[in-house]
Order: sequence, then structure tokens, then C-alpha cells
Amino acid sequence: MLHTATADLTHPASATSGEGVRVFDLTAHGLRALNAALHAVRDTPTNETVWEIVNTKGAHAIAVGVDAPLDITVRGTTGYYCAGMNKQATIRIDGSAGPGVAENMMSGTVIVEGDASQYAGATGRGGLLVIKGNASSRCGISMKGIDIVVHGSIGHMSAFMAQTGNLVVLGDAGDALGDSLYEARLFVRGSVKSLGADCIEKEMRPEHHALLEDLLRRGLADGKAKPEEFRRYGSARRLYTFHVDNASSY
Amino acid sequence: MCGIVGLFLKDPKLEPHLGEMLADMLITMTDRGPDSAGIAIYGRPHEGRAKLTVQSSDPEADFEHLARDLREEIGGKVSLEAKDTHAVIEVEGDRLQAARDVVRTLRPGLKLMSAGEGIEIYKEVGLPKDVAARFEIARMSGTHGIGHTRMATESAVTTAGAHPFSTGPDQCLVHNGSLSNHNAVRRELRRAGMTFETENDTEVAAAFLSHKMDDGAGLGEAMEATLTDLDGFFTFVVGTRNGFGVVRDPIACKPAVMAETDQYVAFGSEYRAMVGLPGIESARVWEPEPATVYFWER
Repeated sequence: MLHTATADLTHPASATSGEGVRVFDLTAHGLRALNAALHAVRDTPTNETVWEIVNTKGAHAIAVGVDAPLDITVRGTTGYYCAGMNKQATIRIDGSAGPGVAENMMSGTVIVEGDASQYAGATGRGGLLVIKGNASSRCGISMKGIDIVVHGSIGHMSAFMAQTGNLVVLGDAGDALGDSLYEARLFVRGSVKSLGADCIEKEMRPEHHALLEDLLRRGLADGKAKPEEFRRYGSARRLYTFHVDNASSY
Repeated sequence: MCGIVGLFLKDPKLEPHLGEMLADMLITMTDRGPDSAGIAIYGRPHEGRAKLTVQSSDPEADFEHLARDLREEIGGKVSLEAKDTHAVIEVEGDRLQAARDVVRTLRPGLKLMSAGEGIEIYKEVGLPKDVAARFEIARMSGTHGIGHTRMATESAVTTAGAHPFSTGPDQCLVHNGSLSNHNAVRRELRRAGMTFETENDTEVAAAFLSHKMDDGAGLGEAMEATLTDLDGFFTFVVGTRNGFGVVRDPIACKPAVMAETDQYVAFGSEYRAMVGLPGIESARVWEPEPATVYFWER
């Protein structure tokens, strides 16, 4: 039950209002109990795949390290590292996310209904992170294969040293976008305050339009923006690390 | 790390609960800095009166007969309320400076925490919950307040090194971060006549703002100047007699969240510091932008 289609994701209420939803009160039972219960599903699969976490009160490390095809809705705003290291699960935050949401995600989908704080999706290796509001500074820093779709704008130093994966921004980007970038692709619809070292604008070719169309659809933004409205940014590959004479240093 | 909380009330009905709300916020931030804690509370000024908050490591000896001794020196009505290691001394409004000058001659062991019409500062080494309990913060009323829980980096874990720092009448500042040019700025401020109690970097930021405001700058203008003259990492929250301000350095890696409703403006290093505030579910919640000054005045 790995959610990649938009049908389930666009109706957050449908997953939680019916029977068979496991409701977990975080204030009553605590973080350790929550994450232990979520981790246990990996070795003991269950039909209880739909979870709702309530009374979160901005707690840190909610639903970190999940490795099972669960559908988890977190009610309310979260603290640091929600959905970090996620594998397989669809985790929806029905509020705003604190620093490091979906940090080092491996696979699955994380959807933030509100805004995300610093370094959303940092070092992510796979999966999809959707932020329906704005993301603050360092969004996608050192990303390594994750796809990130931000419906609003992103802050400064985003995609710093991003290695691979795609960052799509429907709004604007702050200062120093894509500084010291490797192979990640950055698509921004609005303005870019400034580009970081070695980051340049690149031509949008047909394959990029196709890629972007798919990313916008999966990122629940296909009704909000069209691929032709975006500009593409990537690495100029002129930094020290890209020079063949320096290869022996690595 | 360090944790900061702040609360500026717009609705007078909440004023009796200021201390309670601020103490709860500060205790929630304990794991961001468990080594010392402090709180500045701005109460409604008493007409024609002003107050000093002082701290002593030997409160019994230092506070005994202090009101009487001070009255003999400066005249007027003097009252003293001792709270654990701190005491609030109320004097005639026009004798605040005289009281300030003479109090440490009378009791050399005293440390001056704050002076002004509304401000009281309480700070000690220890966990926020213990510091809040020792000074009965939860029972205090007021219009606005700022709290800090410290994880020391730049100077020793002492009472004087705890935040808030107050370097001017009714002014205070708390800081998450570390300044790299504080020695140079301290030298310049000393030359301009400012005095310092510690080697702490945050005290320099507080004195920098006090100096700017002494020169006639408004709160917003003084805070704007920190962005050009202070180097390092900072999120500052600043209090004045009638104002409350926030500024983050241009890199802005020290966390900050703000919330505003019709009843209050709140600041927290993390959102969870604010979850107990009334109406937080429907508040406007945002992260202050880097290199941007926010301030509110009544």
C-alpha cells in the first residue's frame, strides 16, 4: 500500500474518519511508545496500517525511522525531525513542521499541510516530500535523491551541496540557491534572490518538462502550476571538486 | 543551544497570568539549556516610583536593614521585598540613579540585576523549574516578559553569566548564539562610557543596544544596528519599558518561532514552548525572517 497516486493523498480526512484507524495519543503514551509501536510493524506486519497521532504539542522525533507501508496522519504542529529516515510510509503532517522534517528520508511520502522550518528534507536519499506552505532556510540541503515539491517559497541556502534528486518550488527562492551543487535539479517558478557559488540557470528541454509534469502531479500541485512556468538551475561544474587535476585528492 | 521565550500582552485581562504563562514556556525549553535560567518581568509601574532588583550570595546578611540604610542615604520612601537570593527595592522615581550608585557601597556583595520603573530580573544557576519556583515567577503579573534557559558557551556558568542582561533602565536582552567580535565592541563601548559586569558576549549586545538608545535611537533603529555592527550567531529578544523586539542574524541558524493573536505576541525557540498559550491553535504562527527586525510597542 505504498501511496504514490494523488487520490488518497488529496483527501486527508478520508484516511482517519473511518473504522480501523489506530489513534495514538502522544501526550498520554509518550514518544518512545509511539516510535517503538511503529517500528514493530516492520517485523510483525498488521492490518492496522492507518494511524493517526494526536496531542502532539510540537514534540520532537515523531514517527522517526518508520520502515513499513503505513499511512500515518500527525495532527498538529511538530518539533524537530518528524518523519526522519522514513522508509515506505506515507506520513501527513496536518499542521506545520519543525526543523529537519523528513531528514534523510529513504522512500515513501511525507506531506506537510502547513509550513516547514529549516533544513526540510536534508540529506534525503529517496521518496517524496511535499510542503504545501513555505519552507524556511536550507530546504533540501545535501539532498541525495529525494524529490521535494514546495507549493510556497523557500528560504536562503536551499539545496546547498545537493547531490541528486529534484527540488521544485512554486514560489520564490531566497539567497544563495544551490551553492556548491552537484547533480541535483532545481526548478523554481518565481524569483531567485541570488544563486550560490557554481549554480547557474540551465535550459528547460523537453525531458525537463516531462519530469516536472510528473513531479507536479505527484507533488499534488498539478492544478497550481504548469511546467513551462519554471526555470531550471543546476551545477556549472566549475568548482575545485569538478576539476580532473584534483581527482587524486578524493 | 539555549532556549528563549517571550510574551508581550495586548489584552490586559491576561496580565495577572503573565508569570504563570512565561514560567510554563521556560520550563518547556529546559532541554535546550539546563545550566541556568532567568526571567525579566515588566509589571505595571507604580506612579512616581522605581525599583532595583539586586542579587546576593548572602541574602540574609545583605538584605537585613538594607531599606533603612538606603533611606538614610537617599531619602524618600524605600521598601524592600526579598525573594530567595534576590530583592526588589522600591524607591522614589527621581532617586533611582542615586539608589543605584549607593546600593553597592552599602553592600559590596550585591549584584545589580535591573533598574527601572517596571522591570524585575531574576536569574540563577539551576534548572528553569527550580529557578521559577524559587522566585515564585508563576505568581507574578505584568505586561510583558522574557525568559532564557542557558547552555553556556562563551563564559562561565554563574549567576552573572545567566540571561537576561540589563544594561540600561527598563532594558533587557536575551540571546541564543555566540558573538565573535564582542571584545572589540566592548572596547569601543567602554571608551564611550559604558560599564560591564562580566566577560560575557551577550552583555556586549545588551550594552550596544542601550548605548544606541541613549543616543536617541528608537528600539527598532537600535536593533537594526546589530545587523551591521555585531558579528556572529544570534537570535536576540529585547524588552524595553513599553516594547518587545526580535532580530535574527542573516544566517539565522538559531531557531525562532513567533505567534500572534489579538491577545498577545509570543516568541519561542521552538513551537512547543507556546502550545499552552490560550488560542494558540488559531494564532498566526511564523518564523521571523533572517536579518529582519520585528518590534511591538504600546
